[in-house]
Amino acid sequence: MPLTHLQRLEAESIHIMREVVAETDNPVMLYSIGKDSAVMLHLALRAFYPAKPPFPLLHVDTTWKFRDMYAFRDRLAREVGMKLIVHTNAEGVEKKVNPFTHGSAVYTDVMKTQALRQALDQYGFDAAFGGARRDEEKSRAKERIFSFRTAQHRWDPKTQRPELWKLYNTRKHKGESLRVFPLSNWTELDVWQYIYLRQIDIVPLYFARERPIVERDGALIMVDDERMPLRAGEIPRMRKVRFRTLGCYPLTGAIESNADTLPAIIEEMLATRASERQGRVIDFDAASSMEKKKAEGYF
Amino acid sequence: MTLEAAPVASEIEDHLRAQQQKSLLRFITCGSVDDGKSTLIGRLLFESNQLFEDQLAALEADSRKMGTQGDELDFALLLDGLSAEREQGITIDVAYRFFATERRKYIVADTPGHEQYTRNMVTGASTADAAVLIVDARKGALIQTRRHSYIVALLGIRHVIVAVNKMDLIDYSEPAFRAIVSELSAFAMRIGLQDVTFIPVSALRGDNVVAASPNMPWYRGATLLGCLETVAVEQTRLQHAPFRMPVQWVNRPHHDFRGFAGTIASGSIHVGEGVRVQPSGRESAVARIVTADGDLEQALAGESITLTLADEVDISRGDMLSTVSAPAEVADQFEATVIWMADEPLLPGRPYLLKIGARTVNVQIGELKYKVNVNSLEHVAARTLALNEIGVCNLSLDHPIAFDVYNDNRDTGGFILIDRVSNQTVGAGLLDFALRRAHNIHVQALDLNKGLRSQLKGQKACVLWLTGLSGAGKSTIANLVEKKLHAQGRHTYLLDGDNVRHGLNKDLGFTDVDRVENIRRVAEVAKLMVDAGLIVITAFISPFRAERRLARELMNEGEFIEIFVDTPLSVAEARDPKGLYRKARRGEIKNFTGIDSPYEVPERAEMKVETAHLAADAAADLIVRELARRGVIGPVV
Repeated sequence: MPLTHLQRLEAESIHIMREVVAETDNPVMLYSIGKDSAVMLHLALRAFYPAKPPFPLLHVDTTWKFRDMYAFRDRLAREVGMKLIVHTNAEGVEKKVNPFTHGSAVYTDVMKTQALRQALDQYGFDAAFGGARRDEEKSRAKERIFSFRTAQHRWDPKTQRPELWKLYNTRKHKGESLRVFPLSNWTELDVWQYIYLRQIDIVPLYFARERPIVERDGALIMVDDERMPLRAGEIPRMRKVRFRTLGCYPLTGAIESNADTLPAIIEEMLATRASERQGRVIDFDAASSMEKKKAEGYF
Repeated sequence: MTLEAAPVASEIEDHLRAQQQKSLLRFITCGSVDDGKSTLIGRLLFESNQLFEDQLAALEADSRKMGTQGDELDFALLLDGLSAEREQGITIDVAYRFFATERRKYIVADTPGHEQYTRNMVTGASTADAAVLIVDARKGALIQTRRHSYIVALLGIRHVIVAVNKMDLIDYSEPAFRAIVSELSAFAMRIGLQDVTFIPVSALRGDNVVAASPNMPWYRGATLLGCLETVAVEQTRLQHAPFRMPVQWVNRPHHDFRGFAGTIASGSIHVGEGVRVQPSGRESAVARIVTADGDLEQALAGESITLTLADEVDISRGDMLSTVSAPAEVADQFEATVIWMADEPLLPGRPYLLKIGARTVNVQIGELKYKVNVNSLEHVAARTLALNEIGVCNLSLDHPIAFDVYNDNRDTGGFILIDRVSNQTVGAGLLDFALRRAHNIHVQALDLNKGLRSQLKGQKACVLWLTGLSGAGKSTIANLVEKKLHAQGRHTYLLDGDNVRHGLNKDLGFTDVDRVENIRRVAEVAKLMVDAGLIVITAFISPFRAERRLARELMNEGEFIEIFVDTPLSVAEARDPKGLYRKARRGEIKNFTGIDSPYEVPERAEMKVETAHLAADAAADLIVRELARRGVIGPVV
């Protein structure tokens, strides 16, 4: 009896997490509240059961997430009983950096990339789990599962190590760190099927519901709070939408959908003809923008 | 949209349950861009509906702009990452692609086909259940195809599909296809590939990729995808092998629970079944298989589990749990096949780290028996391996490990080699067999020891390891130090180039390989002399950190005193007592340290003497005083 594809993916992710815990000094799991984070956290709970995962969760908070996401994060952290570190770039907040006046490029750099580096340095983490998958984008197809960063958090494609069999070389010099992607070999569909199989709790925003929406630059943006400046002629209308990915609400496009249950979402996935990153405004900034962000230390 | 009745919830759920029963097949594609590899993978993604509309729109636009197929889609552009890399001169890598059918999810390891990317192909092959070899029907089985077949066989991939591509360009000719089949079959047999399937295809036109081709009615076999759908997964074979589980992590949430976590490398395990802990050899039985959803009765190869044992047995990360009836072998010396993956060559004698399963040990690579010409498969004599070269050698580990022969089990017989200074993964290897002599050498316990011998001499035995550029003054200082110690009645011996190179090491030259071996022998001789209770002084350039570290690790704590004789290159070159720098500058001496061979400055030397400003005699005095301070000799009067 061969294992099913989900069993194999699950076993691989668990193996990776245990390897990191066994071989690094101070690991952390980046928790972004989205579905991939939900799966990653679930896998961690399984990997170390009956112990709690021996690392904290870190949420790099831009302060612009959906309100539903904050509520979900706080409830989940209580329920799983793991330590949750929330880090925001205080300097960015002071300078009132936001996606509307600063544009998504500057905003992402200050509130995500720099904030992440600050947090990793402040707590001295030498390994950080991230939920990125290779199927998300062309440049990720070649990303290693264990990705090395210099003491300045830079990603140097020339020093990445070959990964053979299940053997990962985690050795590093002082100051260097690892980013580890246990979901590398999962696809978006795998993630949804696994959420369904294991009945994993996810943010309600993934399910279709009537929400206040404006159409902006071809994307459906939800007016989640009063901080969002409306342009002339923009009037929020209630539309039945859901989100395929969750990020900062002003940068995350919704899709029109009636899928309000997990099976319905998966059914829609199987029929869908648009790739996941289409809803992310961040990718539209410049060609090969992901490659560039990665070199600078973005997850 | 037609008014089809929406499927009721239970139907969707049935469908989802069926989806969840998919298996997973990992395969590697070998071939070059010219063979149509990118087009073939692109077509598989396209025909299995893995392309989304926005990707398809981008592909259509790119095809018009850059495509080579007129108005048609150019699938090769989907995978264009690699060509971009080549232009930029970045390491060309393994790219992983995903697609799925109703039956299976597929992970494709896509690697470039040229000889300079052998290491990438090895990486991709290491996790593959099957390989798809792409052959250009017009060219037949080229040297490249033979190389790909060899690597696939070497890495233990049991199922090979040869896609004879571009059949449309030879008018779908059956005789041409048959000729390729007979030639390659003979070769496959020779290198031990048993399950090889040949399929005539046209990736560009779609013939026999997903749907059977109307252009080749003479071919009645499966299509490429049809074949992939039924190939056996490696893990299924391993489920019938004896139980093995490398212990990855010991789970101790509280005093009443001690679980051993790991991924089952082969076989299956039931509650109550006996296990042997290796290498210690202790035995116990499985008490529980613990998961977050409750305990299991049994677990299979490929699953990541946590189990507890009936007895309190000492087990830590890196140990192997094996079935009692057919345990793994235990040894510390092996013959292995090594694939070199680093720019710096493999240096026999230099210590590396070896990681296998969850265990990392020190390893010394012995003399190479031969390297393999990957194109002709000939065995060639060699003293070192360069990037992408494959060779066979003996390994000697500093701890015994439990293992299986690679051909039986990749996860308990495959290893990586790590450079101890740069921390890079420099090689991969396959354990071929254990060397019997490993079991037969026992350390002879002697009645006298180092402590007693040096006590008699009124000193602590140690090595003063002088390192530095040629012309720095090592030999002069070493000589003075020995004279001063001798005058105090100490028992010493000086090892330097003159008394070593003329005898013990006269077979060695000055290449990196020989320098490493030179220092290794000096270090071993020094160790014996320290054991004899002597103060040993060595004066060698010893330019590489790794060898100095090797020497250091042969000695006990406190016995190795590294002295960096520090002189700027310009000063040493100006002195040039033997005229060597002048010769090196004229190109008459190759591999001269400081000129065309590197000197790696010590990072943690016990002592540094700067001879640009210090006379040799004063430097020697400093060293003797340091020995007194360290208690090697009595106080200097």
